[in-house]
Amino acid sequence: MISTLRVHKPGLHTTIQDLGRYGLQSMGVPVSGALDSSALRIANLLVGNEPTTAALEVLAAGPTLEVNTESVRIAVAGGNALIERLSPYPRRLPTFESFCLHRGDVFCIGPVTDMAMTYLAVEGGFDLPTAMGSHSTYTRGGFGGFKGRQLASDDELSLILPAATDRDELRFVERTLPGEPPIRVIPGPQADFFTAAALDTLFSREYTVSAAVDRMGMRLNGPQLEHARGFNITSDGTAPGSIQVPGDGLPIVLLADRQTTGGYPKIGCVISADLPTLARLRPGSTIRFSKSTLEQATEARRERENWFARFLDQIKRAGTSGIIDPTALQTQNLVSGVVGPDDPADSDR
Amino acid sequence: MVVEFGEEIDLHTNRKVTALHAAVSALELASITDLVPTFRSLAIHYDPDIVPFAELEIELRAILPDLSSHSFSGRDWSIPACYDLDLSPDLQAVADSCSLSIEQVIRCHSGATYHVYMVGFLPGYPYLGDLAAEIALPRKITPSLRIPARSIAIAERMTAVYPIESPGGWHVIGRTPMRLFDETATPPALLAPGDRVRFSPVTRHEYDRLSKNDSGVDDAQPNKNPAT
Repeated sequence: MISTLRVHKPGLHTTIQDLGRYGLQSMGVPVSGALDSSALRIANLLVGNEPTTAALEVLAAGPTLEVNTESVRIAVAGGNALIERLSPYPRRLPTFESFCLHRGDVFCIGPVTDMAMTYLAVEGGFDLPTAMGSHSTYTRGGFGGFKGRQLASDDELSLILPAATDRDELRFVERTLPGEPPIRVIPGPQADFFTAAALDTLFSREYTVSAAVDRMGMRLNGPQLEHARGFNITSDGTAPGSIQVPGDGLPIVLLADRQTTGGYPKIGCVISADLPTLARLRPGSTIRFSKSTLEQATEARRERENWFARFLDQIKRAGTSGIIDPTALQTQNLVSGVVGPDDPADSDR
Repeated sequence: MVVEFGEEIDLHTNRKVTALHAAVSALELASITDLVPTFRSLAIHYDPDIVPFAELEIELRAILPDLSSHSFSGRDWSIPACYDLDLSPDLQAVADSCSLSIEQVIRCHSGATYHVYMVGFLPGYPYLGDLAAEIALPRKITPSLRIPARSIAIAERMTAVYPIESPGGWHVIGRTPMRLFDETATPPALLAPGDRVRFSPVTRHEYDRLSKNDSGVDDAQPNKNPAT
């Protein structure tokens, strides 16, 4: 029997994403992958997956899905949203916490209220073919993920596991994602295409996320950045987080589906550790940038990986002992076990 | 990390980029996730957890003086091009702007051998140059919202083929039945930097016949007898 999640309503823009497609940028193939890779990793870890497993990226408002398999373990991490089981009868479901649903359950993810996106991971992952080594959806190219596109009503997302495994649920009590403002930026590689005043402006003034934001890039509103040598360069490679500035002087930060090459000068680049923090901002949010260096960027990246190592360590403790260790929680602020089968939240089954 | 060889578009600079691309690829470094050769630079995406910037820089500087041994000869391609007006929404306007007849524009475009400078902007999108000065026009002021897949287009001293449907600011003067990008092929992009390309005019009838075959990137073969 086929195990699937059946799509009743697709949500605003729901796609399958993993951590991206590498090695083909020389052929113009974008990296893609989760805009908020930290949230994707957390959602995966909570259901016991490898952090690189493909999951659903939900932009702004989520889908309504029906469980068409014996049972499935799910976790939602990222922006806050009301998750509700609609049928057989209504029940509120948690975020940053794994839980199991059963055949016939219909559930929905409501509007994401505090961030631009959230992630839904299923234990075992989705059973989908890879495109060029990745499950990430690149909708412009029509490849990856589920048929190369965002979800649509009546899609059937095949699952690897026919039923949830027998294990304790996990709960991330802190319920917050790593990363905080200001967003750190390394100047260059075309900082010399801008006036000194433009660089001062970037690092001292406030910018706002405009409505023109998609998986490819985020256009910002705020003070204009003055070019010193025109606004066309001979196209060269872009990086994730590159801040390109076209003729109108307003910066665009390149995100997951960024074009591999570009012809606008790049005043700087958001460091990789801060890219998820930036990408999760909603239109209207304010941003401040601070000047950083390659060394600081490398150190920040290492710190982020250490954070995930501690996270994984806490998951292991919670999983084997099945006991919440309050000391570890207070000192580490990471993960606690256990919502067992006796939990009142599950008593209606 | 970006290695720049200049700021302008010229063949000499571009060949250095292609040579460095080949040389760095040959090192097969686990620390490098992606290499992006462009007109005048090579972008190197690397994993700083495996190698710090400074170490990678030393490693790459060591191979810079010896690039000539890695010069890449490239392949020759003949790409069928149908200049039928139904498939070429901007051909008449290009002819008018250049004070040429449509036939002269076609002869000009199909009469040259183009160098693949880089592949970027879209998956498999080749920047081909140099286009004859007689038909070089600036990009459109207002880009078209929808350029069909396989459209052949020109702008400035470049010509290109849109592998997939996309918005775009170039002037569409024809269409090819050939697929330039196929995610199931290895490699997925037909053309690579350093290749040489000629467009060979085909009739609408021939175009329709070739389009029906829908052969993928894997089926295409470069010319055995170079066009140049």
